[in-house]
Amino acid sequence: MESNGDDAARIVAELETLKSAKSDIDSRIRALEAQLRDLKLQKPPVSANGSCHSGGSAGGSAPAHGLSSDMIYRYSRHLLLSSFGVQGQSKLVKSSILVVGAGGLGAPALMYLAASGVGRLGIVDHDVVELNNMHRQVIHTEAFIGQPKVKSAAAACRSINSSIQVVEHQEALRTSNAIEIMSQYDIVVDATDNAPSRYMISDCCVVLGKPLVSGAALGLEGQLTVYNYNGGPCYRCLFPTPPPATACQRCSDNGVLGVVPGIVGCLQALEAIKIASAIGEPLSGRMLLLDALSARVRIVKIRGRSIHCEVCGENTTFTKEQFKNFDYENFTQSPLSAAPLKLNLLSEESRISSSEFKEKVTKGEPYVLIDVRPGHHFKIVSLPNAMNIPLSTLEGRLPEISSALKEEEHRRSSESSESPIVGLYVMCRRGNDSQRAVQLLQSMGFPSAKDIVGGLEGWAREVDPDLPTY
Amino acid sequence: MHITLEFGGGLELLCDSVKIHNVDVELKKGLEKLTMKDLLAWVRTNLIKERPEMFMKGDTVRPGVLVLVNDCDWELSGQLETTLQEKDVVVFISTLHGG
Ligand SMILES: [Zn+2]
Repeated sequence: MESNGDDAARIVAELETLKSAKSDIDSRIRALEAQLRDLKLQKPPVSANGSCHSGGSAGGSAPAHGLSSDMIYRYSRHLLLSSFGVQGQSKLVKSSILVVGAGGLGAPALMYLAASGVGRLGIVDHDVVELNNMHRQVIHTEAFIGQPKVKSAAAACRSINSSIQVVEHQEALRTSNAIEIMSQYDIVVDATDNAPSRYMISDCCVVLGKPLVSGAALGLEGQLTVYNYNGGPCYRCLFPTPPPATACQRCSDNGVLGVVPGIVGCLQALEAIKIASAIGEPLSGRMLLLDALSARVRIVKIRGRSIHCEVCGENTTFTKEQFKNFDYENFTQSPLSAAPLKLNLLSEESRISSSEFKEKVTKGEPYVLIDVRPGHHFKIVSLPNAMNIPLSTLEGRLPEISSALKEEEHRRSSESSESPIVGLYVMCRRGNDSQRAVQLLQSMGFPSAKDIVGGLEGWAREVDPDLPTY
Repeated sequence: MHITLEFGGGLELLCDSVKIHNVDVELKKGLEKLTMKDLLAWVRTNLIKERPEMFMKGDTVRPGVLVLVNDCDWELSGQLETTLQEKDVVVFISTLHGG
């Protein structure tokens, strides 16, 4: 076993060294390639192209639209669009767009924005790439697992289009830095995953007078609209009061089909490109609702800017100072980072750590283990002997618990002379629902019910690192 | 009165995970029109199976729920006072935050 561990450690160390050398080489290659391209761009065109009458100065000069020959070739399919053309492309290459969040929405948005030639593309994110991001955050590759998403996304954008400027903001967007970061861009794309960020980004866009392309996705549904643009509403006009925190579902709890944020992120890139190049009708005052399961897209008319809005309304003055001092986490009662909630509802004696529970199992103490996760979670992974009774059905299934306890007691008393005390333990994924369940059980005639602290994730951390987590 | 009701953004979970409901809402005696206020009360009684506080707050929808009457924000048609017609489509959708 020990030498096994040594071998593994040696391999891990060598992998680390190789990966870091590889990343150094990769970035050097990119820098050199960019340098070379810049040199070529600075060089005047070799021969004046016949159709271009540009004043006839020696060596020829660039056409009035300002697109270099490399750009003309790279973006030729854009230029061939009569409704987009050189006008659209020149506006795009002069524009700057900030994408907040390099996750499921940000991934395709960034790739298309980079490819389309947005002059300066900013990326804000504070997270690192994880294996369970890969199914939807298609901008990241396995080689970047464990590295900052901003680094990974920026590298991908540069490898798609090295002629644009990609700016890395490797930090969480907060009221303290939002104005400084967002003011450097013409258009903001909200690709975040939580309610306080959405209010904060919208408010900041109002304060700075920037259009906001806002997308969201969860499960098999998506939503998209443009805020604070052309007389359209801001986020607060539409949602003046934040929803209760319990109504804010997260992808990490409720799941999301990878392609759904992909579709919404692509649509966000489209709207941002339309605004940047001043073509078409942006989705302002309208909202697109996507129901992927039934293959239905609905575009609905929403209210315009509200004169009573507390941020963008007629008689309101929401200043930069007010913005900086506004507490968005308190306003929405939920955290800016997607860190999972950690409840503490029970007294010490109603809780047990996973290693203590493991000890009891090893000693052979009698117990009944209830897993209160939804059935489809239970199917992913569960502990041996666990009984699945989802929290939502718990109240109606108490008799099953009583009979399980009796059965265990009966089984054990036939093995020994003493009458055993059967422990009742409750677990879930992270240890929040199990506490709610224990509260309910204790009030319904099961005073000895105990919650296993930290749930399955705690078990995987403390007892069995091989237990799959999700 | 025949109305099509749709729930989305997770609100369908409050009514047995069914998204589309074709319903007949009877007008209260003595009344000639059906308003959104009446419809909300009807939905709460007849369709919402659990956690009604996730759908309503007071006599209106809870914050974070968009109401669309024939694909149009009810804010533009008078909110609770909106008068419904035969075969109208009313959508209740919870705003999403995920990404
Ligand atoms: Zn507003």
